[in-house]
Amino acid sequence: MSDFEPVVVVFACDYCAYTAADVAGRMNLEYPAGVRIVRVPCTGKVDSLHVLRALEKGADGVMVAGCLEGDCHFKNGNLRAAARVKALKRLLDDINIGAGRVEMVRMSAGQGAVFAETARDFAETIREMGPNPIKPAAQAA
Amino acid sequence: MITATRKPMEEILKSVEPFRKILLLGCNECVTVCHAGGRKEVALLGAALRLGRLQKGQPLEVEELTLERQCDPEYVEELARTVDQYDAVCSMACGCGVQTIAERYPALPVMPMVNTEFMGASEANGVWAERCAGCGDCVLGYTGGICPVARCSKRIFNGPCGGSTKGKCEISKDVDCAWQLIWDRLKELGQTELYSKLMEPKDWSTARDGGPRRIVREDMAL
Repeated sequence: MSDFEPVVVVFACDYCAYTAADVAGRMNLEYPAGVRIVRVPCTGKVDSLHVLRALEKGADGVMVAGCLEGDCHFKNGNLRAAARVKALKRLLDDINIGAGRVEMVRMSAGQGAVFAETARDFAETIREMGPNPIKPAAQAA
Repeated sequence: MITATRKPMEEILKSVEPFRKILLLGCNECVTVCHAGGRKEVALLGAALRLGRLQKGQPLEVEELTLERQCDPEYVEELARTVDQYDAVCSMACGCGVQTIAERYPALPVMPMVNTEFMGASEANGVWAERCAGCGDCVLGYTGGICPVARCSKRIFNGPCGGSTKGKCEISKDVDCAWQLIWDRLKELGQTELYSKLMEPKDWSTARDGGPRRIVREDMAL
């Protein structure tokens, strides 16, 4: 078995996923250590460029974690984020990085277990995909 | 406004294949408004190019810059001192910008990163529609402000053809019949007599049929 531990950047909305991650912590739920959480005011504020920059800097996957549909604190920030993620998936496929390296996920603030499970599942998907293919080239450059 | 869309990544990656260091050049005008080639899109494409090339193990150095306008010599001149540092300029401007750069810096390959589309108006956020074909002889005053050249699929000048059904064009149910729109608007304006006016054959020499066009304003010459 490979000892590859994926680095996953999670852009977590302050109103839901970030709090859910906090709940997961209080519940002592485990998720991979490579999951790095970036707290954002709303996933609607997560720019496509933030995702690309994370990948450029060597993240193996990026999860954009927002509120449940219809529950966005800013009305439709999560829908905007989902549209961006969809467009990014196409771009990542076009440059052979792989659409699966970015995902939009949704949860409510109380769903600590969902956060932990989603983080585990996504990290597992990334583990199966293997490291971000730019890593060795970036190090060699 | 001139509209444009980014070229497919596969085509872009192929076009920059021979190069190691490029200047990725945006334009702060039309392509910024239609989200195709402004500073933001330059940053996104820059990141995608670096990622795409690193993935192939052939790193690409991308310098990002967005000029105020790429179709004006004053702004293009800003590059004069630095441009020879690059293997190529990859322009995200419309075709006018690309050609202005190519003319000013003939020793440098200039690659278009977008496809210039049409002169359009913004219908909604993220939606642009063709409204003007630049025919050089505007008839909007006779047609209720709706252009039969840009919006009628057959560019006809005297009422709808036989293909108009329930206000839609025969090429697609999603395309409005321009002449239906014109009739509805003229009725609203109380100008239906304009519809009865027989339009003379159009002189297309003011359009592309007359060859590449120029505007010369002698009063503006310095």
